[in-house]
Amino acid sequence: MLPTPSTSHVNFDRVYEPAEDSYLLLDTLSAPSETGFLRQRFNALSRLDHTNSSPPLVLEVGVGSGVVLAFIAANAESIFGRHDVLTLGTDINSFACRAASQTVQSAVQESHSHSIALDIVNGDLASCVRPHTVDVFVFNPPYVPAELPDFAQHAAFSTLSKSDSSTTFEQDSYLLELSYAGGVDGMEVTNRMLGQIPHILGPSRGVAYVLLCAQNKPEEVKMNIRLWGPEWRAETVGSSGKLAGWEKLQIVRIWSEVSS
Amino acid sequence: MKLLTLNFLTCAIKSCKSSPASFPLHPRDATLEIIESDLNLAFLRNILPRLMWSELCTITRELGLPALPETVPTGEDMVEKKEGEEEVASQTAKDLHRVLLETGIREGGLVCGNCGHEYKVLEGVGNFLLPGHLV
Repeated sequence: MLPTPSTSHVNFDRVYEPAEDSYLLLDTLSAPSETGFLRQRFNALSRLDHTNSSPPLVLEVGVGSGVVLAFIAANAESIFGRHDVLTLGTDINSFACRAASQTVQSAVQESHSHSIALDIVNGDLASCVRPHTVDVFVFNPPYVPAELPDFAQHAAFSTLSKSDSSTTFEQDSYLLELSYAGGVDGMEVTNRMLGQIPHILGPSRGVAYVLLCAQNKPEEVKMNIRLWGPEWRAETVGSSGKLAGWEKLQIVRIWSEVSS
Repeated sequence: MKLLTLNFLTCAIKSCKSSPASFPLHPRDATLEIIESDLNLAFLRNILPRLMWSELCTITRELGLPALPETVPTGEDMVEKKEGEEEVASQTAKDLHRVLLETGIREGGLVCGNCGHEYKVLEGVGNFLLPGHLV
């Protein structure tokens, strides 16, 4: 078992606390089946094509506490077999950006990892990411079927007002809703993100990991991804929870198989 | 916000993506900070093909930083030649590490060359959220 990064500095009134979904991502990414896949895809030595030996860029959207991105950065050698992994994150919640940045930096230092932690930027999904630059994409979306929060309040709620040193209850509720409410079928945010994935992934080695719950209709989601084109693949590579339960979670790996 | 991060960011407005002018974002009224970190020679050597070199030169010029070499250095340029010893980082490698990973924008703006929208950087965190009418 690889160590879980510390998030003891994070204020969980404003930032999503690591939960079963976060841990499923950690377990899946460090499982032998996934490390085998990733090592083969990103190992500089096994690839003759020169472009494949450059450092992989890992992007996580919606980092929250940063526990998943920190885990990848700290354990990059075990996961990818490389000393030069780059990490980048985004979150719509500016409190999460600051908290996650600290989580990632601390985890890299404590693990003596050689990973390069780039920034956690405040943004909407991956809209500010340069096209076709991402090698590994990770997304733990707001997947609960619940009405989306009212974004009109975002600017006011996402920062501390000058006169206050703490957030209000209303503010905290809004920030929490951002982390779980996914609209119809819990898929409104995920569908927007899926639409961006083919544009941000690197063409030859890009791979995405997206978490879904049973109510998201994962079989339908995977079928739709395969309709992007004949080269696209979508497979479940990790799961947790009881089959009959509402909270059944799974991780879908999305990648394209370019014939070479 | 590290300058290497800017190598991977662009304007968040969808209609700007197809315009070459949306990359790189141009620093405006930037206050810089230096946060020292360990130099990773293997990383510096491997990252070279991923750097948008001329755009990076533009950013450093706009920030008033020492000029980078006109063409992207090679992997060999990163290593000081010392026979029989462990590889040592060259001055070029040290300079590149300084610019890419130790130099950051603490406060200021990042402007899209296509639409002119300015993204704010506050306490080192870039804000790429768009106001409602631009989404």
